[in-house]
Amino acid sequence: MTKKIKNLNLNFGPQHPAAHGVLRLILELDGEVVEKADPHIGLLHRGTEKLIENKTYMQAVPYFDRLDYVAPMNQEHAFALAVEKILKIDVPIRAQYIRVIFCEIGRILSHILNVTTQALDVGALTPSLWGFEERETLMTFYERASGSRLHANYFRAGGVHQDLPKGLEEDIAKFCTTFPKIINDLESLLTDNRIFKQRNVDIGVVTKEDALDYSFSGVMIRGSGVPWDLRKSQPYDCYESLDFKIPVGKNGDCYDRYLCRIEEMKESVSIIKQCLAKMEKGPIKSLDGKISPPPKAEIKQSMEALIHHFKLFTEGYRVPKDEIYTAVEAPKGEFGVYLISDGSSKPYKCKIRAPGFSHLQSMDYLIKGHMLADVPAVLGSLDIVFGEVDR
Amino acid sequence: MKSLEDLEKKINSELTTKINNTEIKHNQIYIETDKEDMVDVAIFLKTNQDTKFRQLIDITVVDYPEQNQRFQLVYLFLSHEFNQRLIVKYSIAENEVIPSLTSIFPSANWMEREVFDMYGVSFKDHPDLRRILTDYGFEGHPLRKDFPLTGHSEVRYSEEQKKVISEPVKLEQNYRNFDYESPWEGTKYIKEEIQNNDKKN
Repeated sequence: MTKKIKNLNLNFGPQHPAAHGVLRLILELDGEVVEKADPHIGLLHRGTEKLIENKTYMQAVPYFDRLDYVAPMNQEHAFALAVEKILKIDVPIRAQYIRVIFCEIGRILSHILNVTTQALDVGALTPSLWGFEERETLMTFYERASGSRLHANYFRAGGVHQDLPKGLEEDIAKFCTTFPKIINDLESLLTDNRIFKQRNVDIGVVTKEDALDYSFSGVMIRGSGVPWDLRKSQPYDCYESLDFKIPVGKNGDCYDRYLCRIEEMKESVSIIKQCLAKMEKGPIKSLDGKISPPPKAEIKQSMEALIHHFKLFTEGYRVPKDEIYTAVEAPKGEFGVYLISDGSSKPYKCKIRAPGFSHLQSMDYLIKGHMLADVPAVLGSLDIVFGEVDR
Repeated sequence: MKSLEDLEKKINSELTTKINNTEIKHNQIYIETDKEDMVDVAIFLKTNQDTKFRQLIDITVVDYPEQNQRFQLVYLFLSHEFNQRLIVKYSIAENEVIPSLTSIFPSANWMEREVFDMYGVSFKDHPDLRRILTDYGFEGHPLRKDFPLTGHSEVRYSEEQKKVISEPVKLEQNYRNFDYESPWEGTKYIKEEIQNNDKKN
């Protein structure tokens, strides 16, 4: 007698704590083995690109905070660089250092969240409690510089919005001395942990070739042994003058990617330290009144400053007709902005290239043949944030 | 190829008729081709030893509703080996079906689905051409320039029907688009005067 065995279809999400947001994953299971995975995305689609087309360049910046909301300023950076390149304006050196410091803070924010929630997904609760305390400190730095803990709206074409308040530099420096100990504590919980290793070693292996074919970037490609980091290979702002290493994995599995993230956090701390040491007083945004608004005090004195202020906050600055693709090394990978300007004060087209989009697309390839319990582990190590995947 | 100029020469000499125009700006190389040649160009860029554009970074479309060839397809490539970026473009009319790159670059799958979803451009030989970002049962293509910012329909939970329903958008106040076009650089007649002076000089 023959029995017919049917594969089981399982709906994972859209509301599932291990889905890292609103992911609906339709899994086809043969027993406990995953045969096929079909991610349904778009549940957080807000039409960011369409909205940006209808806003001036300055009004477009806050939308970038809402993409990858665990590292907001890294996204703003890509947009600011794109506009600066078209406008051909220089960024004062102090502004470059401030931007790099906050990008690296964003990287630490994102990596802490990813490492600890990945641990949470495979059963370790403590790391997230320890890690989130540090995130809280870092978000306070965000707040002191920009006024908000999450959606900073701090970077501008030509620099940053405001100078750092008094005492912030010292506090960031203090954080840099205490934080490495926290990383060590986290590592003592995870790196040699038997359960953590059993759940991550040899899971979700990506070969070099496949990492290229599937358009991987960031930790996903470095974990597979490709030493590729845009901060080194296509440096922007002041990264060229800084000394840092690019951690590279060997096996391309979830565990290697975890190790890469831990090492990258240590490098980020070193980058922040160097920036703080090199930073000097000076202007923090372009001095061109046609692009960056004048200081408030000047508006009361100078007619021209008043006109500039009025024009910048109604019409906005105009950007000459051009097109450009600019990418930055965001914590999750290559975050790019393909910007087309038409000479008006609004972008004609602004395509956002999110690293998570191509990473999530490979879910089917990564998970095929793995057990159901590996799905959260792989998903966790992809470092998916739905703000940027769905846009 | 070491420099972008060499790469430009190489592409022009190898692909000759398949390339309509090349340009270097912002440290990137921009290439214009035709719909029919796109697959050949992509295979060449990926496999040739002197180009090695192994990664397809993104695919997107720019909509120019006033032109006959309304959509401009844009493909962004990256070569890790030579640390270069390349952008390939071609234009198509509204209902044209274009070749898919999924067999060459597996990552093109979702990118093409997104293009299909957002602009309504169809791909030939795509394994799984479905909508990706918009809701199940969505109508229209949101990133087309003639699609209104506020959309056509909105969803809400209906207490009577006990389910989520979709109905036409009702706004208390319509989206207002202020025209700030004004004498920032001089009024219209001053602009014309400046232009005339420029021509004389």
